Amino acid sequence: MSREQIINLLPYQPPFLFVDEIHDISENKVEGAYTLKKDEYFYKGHFKDNPITPGVILTEIMAQIGLVCLGIYLLKDSLSSEVKPKIALTSHTIDFFLPVYPEEKVTVVSEKEYFRFNKLKCKVKLFNQKEELVCRGYISGMIKL
Amino acid sequence: MTKDELLVTLKNIVKPYIQDEEAFINLTENTDFINDLKINSANLVDVVLDVEDEFDIEIDNDAMEKMLSVKAAIDIITTKLNEK
Repeated sequence: MSREQIINLLPYQPPFLFVDEIHDISENKVEGAYTLKKDEYFYKGHFKDNPITPGVILTEIMAQIGLVCLGIYLLKDSLSSEVKPKIALTSHTIDFFLPVYPEEKVTVVSEKEYFRFNKLKCKVKLFNQKEELVCRGYISGMIKL
Repeated sequence: MTKDELLVTLKNIVKPYIQDEEAFINLTENTDFINDLKINSANLVDVVLDVEDEFDIEIDNDAMEKMLSVKAAIDIITTKLNEK
């Protein structure tokens, strides 16, 4: 399955699609990136006259690249344009270290802890363009056909 | 391991994942993980993974699908332990 096919199978669209590119993907690991646009809708409110990317959005970026893309890859033999995956976030524990501003490009690196009985748990890290660790943690979700 | 010991071990395993405290206090063999204890499907997977570690057994997909109550769990664990 190509990287473009994986992105096309994602069940999101703007303004809530947070995957631009997948650099590398295998059974155990995925790396991808997203560039925050200058005019993302959430910057209007977070914060007043001081746009900073909300932690929940960073978590969402980590989940979309680190969990959903990897989950689609793991189910690749059963998926098609007619058969799309059903997904649900079930838990996350994230620590945040640095802020992310508009127009920054962030890279997500996710390693699979396990994928059993439709539950995918990953250890996920998000880096900025200076390759500094912005946030890291564990995210789990259910993914099935 | 006696059935009572097994029940105590199982109770410790499910404890972090339950939502209904009262059902947990009154737990019996007939307690259902989802309907009584209100464990969600993702945490039910954690229960199964913890059962595997605790008893050093492997739960397959068929057993996982059946493991919805205390009684079913005890039956499955006992069977797997006897197979060892």
